[in-house]
Amino acid sequence: MSLTLTAMSDSSTAAGGQQQWAGSGQTPRPPRGPYISAITNRTTNLLIRGAMLFSVGVFLALVLNLLQVQRNVTLFPPDVISSIFSSAWWVPPCCGTASALIGLLYPCIDSRLGEPHKFKREWSSVMRCVAVFVGINHASAKVDFANNVQLSLTLAALSIGLWWTFDRSRSGFGLGVSIALLATLATQLLVYNGVFQYTSPDFLYIRSWLPCIFFAGVITMGNIGRQLAMYEYKFLQEKTHQD
Amino acid sequence: MTLREQLREKISAAFYRHGLLCASYPVPIILFTSASILTCCYPLLRLPLPGTGPVEFTTGVRDYSVPSHEPQGDLGERPDWYRGPPVAYIQQVLVKAAVSPWDSSLVPVDVFRSPLGRAFSLLEEIRNHVHSDSSGIRSLETLCLQVTDLFPGLRRMQSVLPEHGCLLVSPGNYWQNQRELFDSDPDLLKTIQKHEPKGLHTSATLRDLLFGVPGKYTGVSHYNRKRVVTYTITVVLSSYDARFLGSLRARLKQLHPSANCSLRDDHMVHVHFKEEIGIAELIPLVTTYIILFAYIYFSTRKIDMVKSKWGLALAAVVTVLSSLLMSVGLCTLFGLTPTLNGGEIFPYLVVVIGLENVLVLTKSVVSTPVDLEVKLRIAQGLSNESWSIMKNMATELCIILIGYFTLVPAIQEFCLFAVVGLVSDFFLQMFFFTTVLSIDIRRMELADLNRRLPAEAGLPPPKPGPLRPREVPPPPRPSPHTITLQTPAFRNLRVPKRLRVVYFLARTRLAQRIIMVGTVIWIGILVYTDPAGIRTYLAAQVSEQSPLGDPGGGGLPPHLGVAPVFRGGDPTSTLSIHPPPDPTPLPENQSQGHHGSARAGPLPQAPPAVPQITWGAEDEEGWRRLSFRHWPSLFSYYNITLAKRYISILPVIPVTVHLSPQEAIEARHPQDTRYPPPPIPKVTADLQTDLTLYKVAALGLAAGVLLVLLLFCLYRVLCPRNYGQNGVAHGRRRRGDLPCDDYGYSPPVSEISPLLLRGHSMDIECLASDGMLLASCCLAGQIRVWDAQTGDCLTVIPNHGRCSSGGCWEQRDGWDGVGGAADSDCLGSEGRGSSVGADGLSEEEGGYPLRRRSAPARPTLFTDQPDLTPLIDTNFTSQPPSHLSTPPRTGFDFGGLVERAYMEHEPPSTSTYPSPSSASSSPPSGAQLQRTPSMGDAAAYLNQERASAAGTQATPDWESSVWALELRGNLIVAGRSSGKLELWDAVEGSLRCSNEDGLSGITALAFLNNRIVAARLNGSLDFFTVEINKPLCLLQYRGAPGRGSMPPSPCYSSEDVISCQLTRSVQCAHQKPITVLRAAAGRVVTGSQDHTVRIYRLEDSCCLFTLQGHSGGITSIYIDQTMVLASGGQDGAICLWDVLTGSRVSHVYGHRGDVTSLVCTTTCVISSGLDDLICVWDRSTGIKLYSIQQEVGCGASLGVISESLLVTGGQGCVSFWDLNYGDLLQTVYLGQSSDGQGVRQLLVLDNAAIVCDFGSELSLVYVPSVLEKLD
Repeated sequence: MSLTLTAMSDSSTAAGGQQQWAGSGQTPRPPRGPYISAITNRTTNLLIRGAMLFSVGVFLALVLNLLQVQRNVTLFPPDVISSIFSSAWWVPPCCGTASALIGLLYPCIDSRLGEPHKFKREWSSVMRCVAVFVGINHASAKVDFANNVQLSLTLAALSIGLWWTFDRSRSGFGLGVSIALLATLATQLLVYNGVFQYTSPDFLYIRSWLPCIFFAGVITMGNIGRQLAMYEYKFLQEKTHQD
Repeated sequence: MTLREQLREKISAAFYRHGLLCASYPVPIILFTSASILTCCYPLLRLPLPGTGPVEFTTGVRDYSVPSHEPQGDLGERPDWYRGPPVAYIQQVLVKAAVSPWDSSLVPVDVFRSPLGRAFSLLEEIRNHVHSDSSGIRSLETLCLQVTDLFPGLRRMQSVLPEHGCLLVSPGNYWQNQRELFDSDPDLLKTIQKHEPKGLHTSATLRDLLFGVPGKYTGVSHYNRKRVVTYTITVVLSSYDARFLGSLRARLKQLHPSANCSLRDDHMVHVHFKEEIGIAELIPLVTTYIILFAYIYFSTRKIDMVKSKWGLALAAVVTVLSSLLMSVGLCTLFGLTPTLNGGEIFPYLVVVIGLENVLVLTKSVVSTPVDLEVKLRIAQGLSNESWSIMKNMATELCIILIGYFTLVPAIQEFCLFAVVGLVSDFFLQMFFFTTVLSIDIRRMELADLNRRLPAEAGLPPPKPGPLRPREVPPPPRPSPHTITLQTPAFRNLRVPKRLRVVYFLARTRLAQRIIMVGTVIWIGILVYTDPAGIRTYLAAQVSEQSPLGDPGGGGLPPHLGVAPVFRGGDPTSTLSIHPPPDPTPLPENQSQGHHGSARAGPLPQAPPAVPQITWGAEDEEGWRRLSFRHWPSLFSYYNITLAKRYISILPVIPVTVHLSPQEAIEARHPQDTRYPPPPIPKVTADLQTDLTLYKVAALGLAAGVLLVLLLFCLYRVLCPRNYGQNGVAHGRRRRGDLPCDDYGYSPPVSEISPLLLRGHSMDIECLASDGMLLASCCLAGQIRVWDAQTGDCLTVIPNHGRCSSGGCWEQRDGWDGVGGAADSDCLGSEGRGSSVGADGLSEEEGGYPLRRRSAPARPTLFTDQPDLTPLIDTNFTSQPPSHLSTPPRTGFDFGGLVERAYMEHEPPSTSTYPSPSSASSSPPSGAQLQRTPSMGDAAAYLNQERASAAGTQATPDWESSVWALELRGNLIVAGRSSGKLELWDAVEGSLRCSNEDGLSGITALAFLNNRIVAARLNGSLDFFTVEINKPLCLLQYRGAPGRGSMPPSPCYSSEDVISCQLTRSVQCAHQKPITVLRAAAGRVVTGSQDHTVRIYRLEDSCCLFTLQGHSGGITSIYIDQTMVLASGGQDGAICLWDVLTGSRVSHVYGHRGDVTSLVCTTTCVISSGLDDLICVWDRSTGIKLYSIQQEVGCGASLGVISESLLVTGGQGCVSFWDLNYGDLLQTVYLGQSSDGQGVRQLLVLDNAAIVCDFGSELSLVYVPSVLEKLD
C-alpha cells in the first residue's frame, strides 16, 4: 500500500495537481533493527569486541594457568574449587585486558597501514590457531624436556610456525615481538619486586620460554580480534552498497 | 620447463587419473577403504579401554616372588603393569567376635563393647610379634610401611590416623589405640559417628578405612541381631617376608582358633589402579575439546553447494577420525605402544591433520563446470588442487620431521603419530572422501534431472547444475509457459534448517538409538572386563538369592531375598514371627546363606541362643566389598598415589573371638546400662538403613527436577516461540498434502500466457475489480473498464480532449442501430443471469435487493428500497436466440473486440468517446456505448436524457487526479485528489453523481453494501450512502451470460437516479494521513501513519476499537469475511487481531523495513516486506513457517489464488509459489523483455485469474484450470 501511496503522490505531481501531500506520505527509510544498528555503531561495536576479547583472555588465562599448576592430584582435595583459581586474582583480569588491547590493536594497525589482512580469514582457521596455542602451552607444561634450552627453542619454533601458518603479516610479527618483549620485561620486573616467582627460573628471574608463549598469545589474540573486526567491516561494506 | 613445473604436471595428471578411477568405481573403492580402515584399527582391540576401575591379577602365595622390572619373555597372561614391587602389601586380620552365650541380662551395648575391646590386645600381639630364625630377628617395625605426615588439609584426621610410624589401622585408632580411652568412653557409637562426613558420601569413609569392612557388616550398632562384630586390623607392609607373616598367622590362629574356618590362604591378589582424572585436569582437556569441536563446526560449515551437507561433513569427520585411529593402530601393530595420554593429544592431532584438504577438494570439485560428466568433474577438481594439496602435505611433513628431531620423547611420539596420521589421512582423502564426493555429486545431478524431467520432457535436455531454481530465476522463456508440479518425492519441504534436523532426529530416533546402543556396548564392555568386580558381586547376589544356596533360610519367606543389599537391616520382624526351624549350626562350606542363619540364631525370643560365628567365602576377600577407592584414598592421606601402580593384597588372617557374658559385663562403662533399650527395633532399624535409600531417592528426584527445569529453560531460550509442538505437527500434517484442491487435483502442466490489456497511455496507478469487471486508472486520469474474463475494453471514461478518433464511435453508432432490435432479449438474458445467481448464491451476504427474488431476510438497511423482484422476467423460453445473429454486440460478442485489441495499436480509439459534456450534446452516443437496456426506444431516450442530466448536474473534475478507485457492480467510485467523490457508470461511462463535501484528497476508498467509505488525506473518514431512486427498468450489465458461479454485484440500471450523500464524517479519525482502508464483513478498518488501526462499523460508522501495538505507520491491512484482521507496519511487525474483541492475537517481527503487503489464507498469513522477503506464518500460532528471499527490487504485491497457491509480482513477471512447500512453481513473464517495470498491484479475481499492472498495460494471467490427476 505504501507503494501505491508513493505512486499516487508521484501521479499527483505528474498530473500537475496539488502538491499538498507530497511530503507527508513517506517517511525516510525506517531505522534498522537494534542488532544491526548496534553492530554498525562504532563505539558499541568497539565495546562489544573489547568485551568478547576480554572474556576470551580471562578464560584462556584461567585454563592455561591450570595447566601450569602442579598436577599430582589423585584424589579430589576438599578445596578443589580453589585450585581452579589457584593463581592470584589479578592475573586473569590482566590477561583479559591485555588480550582486549591486542585484539583491538591489530585490526586498527591493519587499517592504519592500509593493508587489510586477507590471509585465511575464517573462523575455522582462528579455531585452529587457538588450539595450537593451547597445545603450545600444554607442551610447555607437561612435556619433559631434557633441558631448558631445548624447551625454549622448541617453543620458539612452534611460535614462529604459528605465525607463519595463521598470520604471515609483517605488522603482526613486529607487534607480536614487541609486545612479547614488553611483557617479558614487565614480568621480570614483577618477579624482581617479589610479586610472584617461578619455581625454577632460568632466564634472569623467569622461565626462558615465557617470551615464546607471549608471542604465540599475541598472534592468537590478534587473529581473533581481526576476525571479530571482519563483521564490522562487512557491515560497513554492505551499508555503502545499499547507500 | 623447470623441474617444478614438470613435477606439477605429473602430479596433476596422476590426480586426474585417480579422480576418474574413484568416480568410476565408487562402491568397490569404498569397500576397499572400509576394509583397510578396519584392518588398521584391529590392533586397537588390544589396547586397554579407558576407565578408572582397578584391574586385578591373582598369583599364588607359595611361589611368590617380587616381579622384576624388565618384561620377561614368558609373560603368559601376566598383565603388563605387573612389574616391579608393589606400592605396598596389605595384610588384613579379620576379627569376628561375639559374646556367647548371650545372656538376657546383657544390654545391647555389650554386643560390641567387649569385642571391640579385644582389638587392643590383638594389636599389641601384632605389634610385638617377633619372628626370629637363622636370618635374623624381624619385627613388624622393620617390615611395615612407614608413613610420615598426613596430607595437609586432613588435620582433622590427625587424631585418628597414624602418623610417623607403621601404617596400621584398626578400630582402635578411634581411641588412639589406648585401652584406657576406650574404657572411659561413655558412648562408643558417638565416637565412631563423630568422624563420619555429613551428607552423602560415595567414596571410602573413615569408618570403612578403620574397620576394614563396609559399615553395615561390622555389626557395631545397637540393633545388631546377629550379635557378631566384624572388623579388621589392616597392616600395610612395605616388603614381603613370607616367614614372618607365616609365623604371625600361626600365632594368631593359635591364640584365637577359628574352629570352622576353611578360608583359603594360598592366593594373593594384585590390584592395579588407573589414573584418576581430577577436575583440575579435566578443565583444560574439556577446553581443548571445545576448541576442537568449534574448529570442526566452522570447517564443515563451509561445505556448500552439494546435495547433502550433513553427509559430506560426516564423511569429512570420519576421514579425520579414522585416519587417527589408523595411525594409532598402525603404531601399535609395529610395537609402539602409546605412552601419551590419548585423550590429551587427540585434539592436537586432529588440528594438525586438519580438515582443510577435504574442504579444498570439495570446493574445487563443486566449482568445476556443471555440464561436464561427473567423472570428469571429479577428476578435474582433483587435478586442479593437486599441487596445493601435495605442497601442504610436504610442508606439514617437514614441520613434523623437524619436531621429530627435537629428541624429546613425548614430542617424538606425537610426531610419529602425526606422520602416520597424515599419511593415512591423505590415503583416506584420496580414496574415501573423493568417492563419497563423487557419489554426492551424482546424486545431486540425478535429483536435478528428476526435478526437471516432468516439466521439460519436450524441451531440450536440462542443464544439470548445482544452482537451485529457487535461487536463480529461470531465464525468460518464450511462451508457452508452464506450471510444473514435481512429484512428491522430489519436492523438499520448505522448513527452517534446524527444524529439518529436528525432523530427521525425530524420524529416525537417532539420538535415542545411539545412546541405547552406546549404553549396551558400554555395559557389555564393563561386564566383560569387570573392573569393579561387578561379576563377582552379581554372582554372589545370585547365589544368595537362589533357594539352593540358602538352606538355612528355608523358613524365610521368599521375598526376603529381594533386598539383600541392606542385609544389616533385614526385616527382623518377619523372622521373629517365623523362627527358623533349625537354628543349629550348619555345615561349614556354605556361603552366603550363613548370614541368614547366623542372624536368625540369636533371636530375642530365644534367650539362651549362642551367637554363631561362621566363616564363608565372602570373608576370604572381604576387601572386595569395599569401595574401589578404599585403598587409593587410604594411601592418598599420606600423599602416596596409587595411580598406575599396584598393591598386593595378602590372604586374610581369620581370628575368632568368643567372649563370655562375664567379660562383657566387666568391660561395661557405667553409662552403658543407662542407655535406653532400643525403642522399637524394627522401625528404627528400617529407618536407619533406609535412610541412605531415601537420601539417594531425594537426591535423584532433586536432580531430575533440576534437569527438567534446565531443559525447560534451554528450550525457552532456544525456541522462544514454542517451535517444536506446533511447527512439527504443522509440517507433518502438511507433508502429504500437495497444492491441489479437494479432489486430489492440482494445477498442472498447462500453458499460461498473459493477456495484455493495452490502452492506457501512462502508467496505471489504480486498479479495482469486482470479479467480472475491471477498472483501471492511469496517471493521465483516464479510467478504463475491462471485462475480467475476456480482457475487452468495455468503457473508457474519457479525459477531456483525449479522444481523437471520432470515427470509431461513428461506427459504433451503426452497431447500435442494429442492436436496438435485440434489446428485449437482452433483458431476458439478464433476468436469467440474475435469477440463477440468486438461486445459486443466496448465501451471499451482500444483500443486493435487485438480485434476490425470494430473500426474506433482507437487511433492514435496504427496506426503503423498492422490491423489484417481480419485475424480473423469468420466462426464459421466450427469449429468441437472436443475439447469435447480431454479431457486433459489444455486450456479448467479444471476439471482435479481442481481435481489435490486438490488431490495432491504439485500441482506445475504438472505444474512446468524447467527454460527457459532448456526450450530452449528442444523445445517441451515450446510448451506443452500451446496450441500451430498455423497453423501447422511448425509454432508451428517456434514459439518455437522465444520464445526460446527471452529467450536467455533476460536472466531472478533470483537473485533479484519481487517487483511489473502487468498483462494485457497474458503479465506479473514484476518489480524487481534490477531495471529490465521483460515481461513474462502468458500462455507460457516464458520471452518475458526485460529492464535493470534502476538500481533502481521498486516499482510499471502500465500497460495500451501498456504503462508500472514503479516507481523506487529513485523516478524516467520510461515510457515504448510495441511494438509488427507483428504476423503471431492471437491466443490468452482466459480463458473460449464463455464468452462475459469479458473485453477485449490485447492479444499478442506467435509469436509476443515484445519489450519494454524506451520512457521517469522522473528522479526526486519525492524527495523520490514512494509508490503508479495508472493508469486509460489515467492518471498516483503517490504518494510518499515526501507528494505530481503527475498526468502524459500517452501518452506523461508529468506531469500535482503536488498535495500538505497532511502532510504525501502518502500511498494510488484511481483513476478510471471517473477521480475520492482520496489519503490518513500517516497523516490520505483523499483528493479528481479534476483530470482535479488539485484542491482539499475536505480534511477530518478520521484516527489516516496511511490511508492504499482507494476505491470509485459512491457515497462514503471508507477508512481504521491503527487504524482498516473503514470510509465511502460521495463522493460529504466529509461528514463522518459512520465508522466501526474493531478488532485489521485486514487487511487493501478493495474492492468494487458492489455499496453496501464492502469486507474487516481480520485475516484469509474476511468480507462482506453492504455499505448502515454498517452492517456486512458475514464473510468467509479462513482456518480452524481462527488465520491464515491476508489478506493483496485483488482484486475484474469482475465476483464478490474476490481474496486475505492468507499466501502462494491464496483464491478465489465467492460472490454468486444467486439472491433472496426481497419481
